[in-house]
Formats: sequence, structure tokens, C-alpha cells
Amino acid sequence: MTATADPVTEIRSLIGVPQYEETGDFPVERGYIWTTLSSVENGNPLFWDEDIADALTAGFVAPPTMLSVWFRPHHWAPGRSAPHLPLQIHFDLKERLGLPEAVMSDNTITFHEPVRPGDVLTTRQILRSVSDEKTTKLGTGRFWVIDVEYTNQDDALVGVESYTGFGYRRAGASSGASA
Amino acid sequence: MSAAPDPELILSQIAVGDRLPDLGYDVTATTVVLGALASRDWRPMHHDKDFAVERNGTRDIFLNTPNQAAWFERFLTDWTGPHGRLGRMTFRMLGSVFPGDTMVLSGVVDEVTVDATGCGWVGIDVTLSVDGDVKTTCDARVAVPVATDDNPWTRTGTRWQPS
Repeated sequence: MTATADPVTEIRSLIGVPQYEETGDFPVERGYIWTTLSSVENGNPLFWDEDIADALTAGFVAPPTMLSVWFRPHHWAPGRSAPHLPLQIHFDLKERLGLPEAVMSDNTITFHEPVRPGDVLTTRQILRSVSDEKTTKLGTGRFWVIDVEYTNQDDALVGVESYTGFGYRRAGASSGASA
Repeated sequence: MSAAPDPELILSQIAVGDRLPDLGYDVTATTVVLGALASRDWRPMHHDKDFAVERNGTRDIFLNTPNQAAWFERFLTDWTGPHGRLGRMTFRMLGSVFPGDTMVLSGVVDEVTVDATGCGWVGIDVTLSVDGDVKTTCDARVAVPVATDDNPWTRTGTRWQPS
């Protein structure tokens, strides 16, 4: 790699390479499960009734959509250096491609082995694709797809989040939630 | 292990075009803040109205994406019962949901299949709307029992194909 290497070629060399592997700050725990269930008034007995949990899932499991909750860093922790941003690759791409704006157009979560209280999960980010330059109503830039894989302490895959982003330079007035 | 309860819904009771019961909910500032903190999302646009208005250009704080996912999960499993097991969800965010909004989650079955391993799958097109404007869509794929003695949660390895 040289200082004059094409940034797109450099970035595309990282496609399929796991990056930013991190282990959660704490084991999966029922307190957050209850708080989340409470926040959406979810009375699914699978998460509240031990007999039903024993019968259907051999013990309590976490609501599948809580997958990313277990990786959001504490707001503060003693002596901590700055943690990686969630989806650090997204911000890397914006910076290295010189694209100041970005939106996330959609995301897909695929759920694999159930997550259980006590699990310690690990995540890694994997760039899947970077498009050629495109122009949309927002501006000119590139689409990219980033997967975030989650595994448990037994290295079993528990889920994958796949994000499609569009990094761009504005073409006049534009809108959209920046990410 | 305890005896499993009977499923509330099995695949043969479901057809393409079926509508799930709507879920309506009056969103308050507490809904937004509780949802953000439950999902460990400390970003100020989900609890600080001044920040949301001045920095995000929105009219108020707004529901975060992970908590919306939790709302979609609740909507789907209210219908399937505890045997229902989420396989995949694809979200598209189109607009924000604010305190004072009444959000309505609606769903229509768009696919009913059994995969090669014998797992029953239902595809559901879910929308979250406010005053008829769609704010978020969610294409969901949920496993449900194919018989009263079936339990999708027992599937693992190659017998679980959520994609």
C-alpha cells in the first residue's frame, strides 16, 4: 500500500475481512430484558414465565431484537479510551472516501441461535460491498453494505445485522437523517 | 423440562392476505426516553428536545431504531404467541415518531411456506404509521409451528434457516 494508492481499491481490499472485533461490556442479563419488554409493553410469556421458557426454549432467552443492545458501550467507564463507534466501518468509509454526508437506507437483522442470560457476546464488522460512484437526489457518492456479526461464548452465530449506507456529497438542498 | 403449552397459532391457520390485529399506541416523551435507555442509546436526540430541535432539525425527540425493532417484535409475537420465532426483519426508516403521535402498527401476511427442513415460515409486511403516514416498514419472516407438537425454538444448526 502506498500513499498514492487509490482509496477505493484500498477499501475494496477489505471486503470480507472481519474488523473491529469487540466483546460486550457485560453478560446478557435479565434486567435489561425486563426494561426493554416494559418499554414496549411486551407480555410474551416466553420472557416472563419460567415454566413456558423451560418448555419452549429450555430456559429464558432474550428477545431477539435486543441483539445490538448488548454492545452499546457504557456512557462512561473509568479509565476508558474512546470506544469504537457502532458501525465504525461506515465512518471509516465516509472519511477515507471524502464523503461528508451519509444515510442508512435500510437494515436487515437475521436471528440465529437464541441469546440467553449469562451469554457473553462478541461482535465483528465486515464490509461486504462498495459500489461504483452513483448520483441520487441527495448527491453523488457510493453505496456500501456492512454486516455486523454476533457470536456467543461458544463461537455460535447468534445474529447478523446488515446495513446499506449511502455516503455522498450534497447536490444542493437535501434531506434525510444523517448517520 | 415442563410440558410445552399448545401453540396459539399454527401454519395451517394462516393464509396470504391475512391481516394481523392493529396495535395502536399513544407515544409520549416517556415512551421515547424509556425506549432509548432500554436499548442503551444515550444519544441526546432521544432525550433532549433542545438538541433534537436545534441539531437534528426535528420538532421533538424521536423513537430510536432499536426500540422500534422491539415494538415490531411485540406486534408480531402478540399474534403468534410464544412459539413464534423471529427469523429475519428488514427495516426501512421513512420518518420519525414523536411524542404526541399515535402510532399504529399494521401487518399483512404476504408469504406462507415450509422450507426444506420442514420449518413453517410466515412473511409479514408490517408498517408503523402516524395519521396514515408510513414512518417505518418492516418485512418480517417468522417461524411458526406446522403442527401442535412442533416448536420452532428447538431448531438449531442446519435445521434453522432464517435467511
